[in-house]
Amino acid sequence: MRNETDLSGYEKITAKTIPTECMISSGHRACQGCVEILAMGMVTKATGSNIIVANATGCMEIVTSPYPQSAWKVPWIHVAFENTAAVASGIEAALKVLERKGKRKGPLPKVIAFAGDGATADIGLQSLSGALERGHELIYVCLDNEAYMNTGVQRSSSTPFGAMTTTSPPGKVSKGQYSWKKNVAAIAAAHNVPYVATACPGYHMDLMNKVRKAMAAKGPAYLHVFATCPTGWGCKPEMGVELGRMAAKCGVFPLYEVENGVWRITKKFKKPIPVLDYLKVQRRFRHLAPEDVEDIQARVDKEYARLEALEAMSGGAPKDKDDDE
Amino acid sequence: MSKRIGTEVSLAVAEAVRLCNPDVVSAYPITPQTHIVEELSHYVANDELDAAFIPVESEHSAMSAALGSSATGARTYTATSAQGLALMHEILFIAPAMRLPVVMTIANRAMSGPISIWNDHSDIMSERDVGWIQIFCENGQEAFDLSICAFKIAEDKRVLLPMGVNLDGFMLSHMIEPIEVMDQAEVDKFLPDYHPQLILDPSDPVTMGPVGVPEVYLEAKVQYEQALLNSRPVVKEVLADWAKHTGREYKVVERNGKPDAKILYVTMGSLGESVMSAVDSLVEQGEDVGQVRLRLWRPFPEQEFMDAVAGADKLIVIDRALSPGGVCGPVATEIKSLFYGRDDAPEINNVIAGIGGRDVSVNEFQDIYALSKAGGIKENYLTWGVKSNA
Repeated sequence: MRNETDLSGYEKITAKTIPTECMISSGHRACQGCVEILAMGMVTKATGSNIIVANATGCMEIVTSPYPQSAWKVPWIHVAFENTAAVASGIEAALKVLERKGKRKGPLPKVIAFAGDGATADIGLQSLSGALERGHELIYVCLDNEAYMNTGVQRSSSTPFGAMTTTSPPGKVSKGQYSWKKNVAAIAAAHNVPYVATACPGYHMDLMNKVRKAMAAKGPAYLHVFATCPTGWGCKPEMGVELGRMAAKCGVFPLYEVENGVWRITKKFKKPIPVLDYLKVQRRFRHLAPEDVEDIQARVDKEYARLEALEAMSGGAPKDKDDDE
Repeated sequence: MSKRIGTEVSLAVAEAVRLCNPDVVSAYPITPQTHIVEELSHYVANDELDAAFIPVESEHSAMSAALGSSATGARTYTATSAQGLALMHEILFIAPAMRLPVVMTIANRAMSGPISIWNDHSDIMSERDVGWIQIFCENGQEAFDLSICAFKIAEDKRVLLPMGVNLDGFMLSHMIEPIEVMDQAEVDKFLPDYHPQLILDPSDPVTMGPVGVPEVYLEAKVQYEQALLNSRPVVKEVLADWAKHTGREYKVVERNGKPDAKILYVTMGSLGESVMSAVDSLVEQGEDVGQVRLRLWRPFPEQEFMDAVAGADKLIVIDRALSPGGVCGPVATEIKSLFYGRDDAPEINNVIAGIGGRDVSVNEFQDIYALSKAGGIKENYLTWGVKSNA
């Protein structure tokens, strides 16, 4: 992809203009406290109704579409698990060619792909990469709840280090998940697409304005949305939104955007909270020893420093005074 | 005006597809399908075809993008072979369930391993039950003709199902043959514009691909099975219509050789032409032999097949795919089950031949006939041409 698109004219949402119409009806079958459905609803509030949704197999597909019921107020298609980016590619290509050939009328809808972390970081990574590389004008939203929740909480490559899942159990010779979380947002950014961002519903204005920027992109946009799963993480249902905020505040899940190659951290915290505060309220981390938490803290700090360096290097951070003089 | 030209069959298929004016072509290269999609991408690059060519990163995505495109109301085409078809496998089931009339050419090729780029039917036989209309071509003209008919059949409101047009890889796809190519006006007269029933459109939102709980799954399956069965008369109708437009007549099952012959070969695909030559010389030698060629494989043309073989004492069913551990080859299995319990059942000899691009000559088909006639095929199936010293 080479197309850089000017996103400065995006339709910014303010507290006064916050859209309220959600394209997903209430009465869906998501678990109590599900932040994934909340995130999906927020995305559709920001997009408005002129969209076509392609949804990967997963929790969100199951809870919104048990025939003959549907929670969707917008056109929606589910084909399979690993191919949402490809399905969305086909929709987008068809829309454009049908318009060109005079076979469809009305404003061109935006194509939105929703997929979980397994469908994105693991089984669907190839089709995602293909869609990003080919430059389809679509928004791919990964709703990351850090494991295969729909099948019963198995680890994915997006599961954080140390987390207990049903296939990364702690044991005599195991500390839970043995690998570090795959950084799919950085992988997406490496495709040089116009817009990549991380977001979480705990910072809803940040999230919705990132969606608006993605809407303005004349090419692929990738949003990686942190979505607490109280069922899978072992936290209180009412903690979901707060946990997302804590993940951002402790640096486990920093909120940033990559706009035409320029990295910018969109939420900076003067006093980051310790990672321990975030870990200790979730059952999936309770087997960790103090030294494990120290290791995680060190790695989180290192990753955050790297993000800041990327920000500075790409010109995303305001220059400090020394540089100006 | 149509004109007769000498061309590679792959290029003739691409030309047929171009004449059908698809909106989206979504394809990934695999030998021996490549010449078809290369040619289509050239058409698009030179503005000889106004379509989106999506150069996807795999066949899985080729079929997935095709479904997204078709669901948006675009006439959609793709092509593949062997491993590519197998990679699509999961998605192939979903196309008919969504009633999306995607048309696909399958340049049939042997499945790995060992890896082989050469022809047999093991790729498509592994996809027998995916719910697509499946048709087989014998020669280049037929490949051109059926490629156009496929869009009309698939998009018919009584059908709305995906359709696979099978042509033998290399043995047919890469042959240079004289082919009568129609012009745009003639194709436009035959093939109406595609008018989809339900599409993804924000002005009239629909939910496609919802969860099929046990209370509805079976009914959904039966509905599209019924649609597949209902396509049989439409296939015949469209082929008859084609004959009216072009003078070239195709039946879902063909018969040649001696009328009322007691021994009949049963073939599917391009081997049928070698068998035709064998039958001709055997008849010249005074043998009581004929041939039945299956063109439509799914939905299986039961009645037409039974009519075609009525009165025969023996069928020599040529299969171009192995069914390891099974009772016999896939075509023979089908035919044997049709005759089960019937008093007029002929003896059925199953010969598996032409696997992995192995050539089977006209003489060899005569040898097979002699062996069968002498009662020399006792086993459930005979795998022809296996070298004992290999």
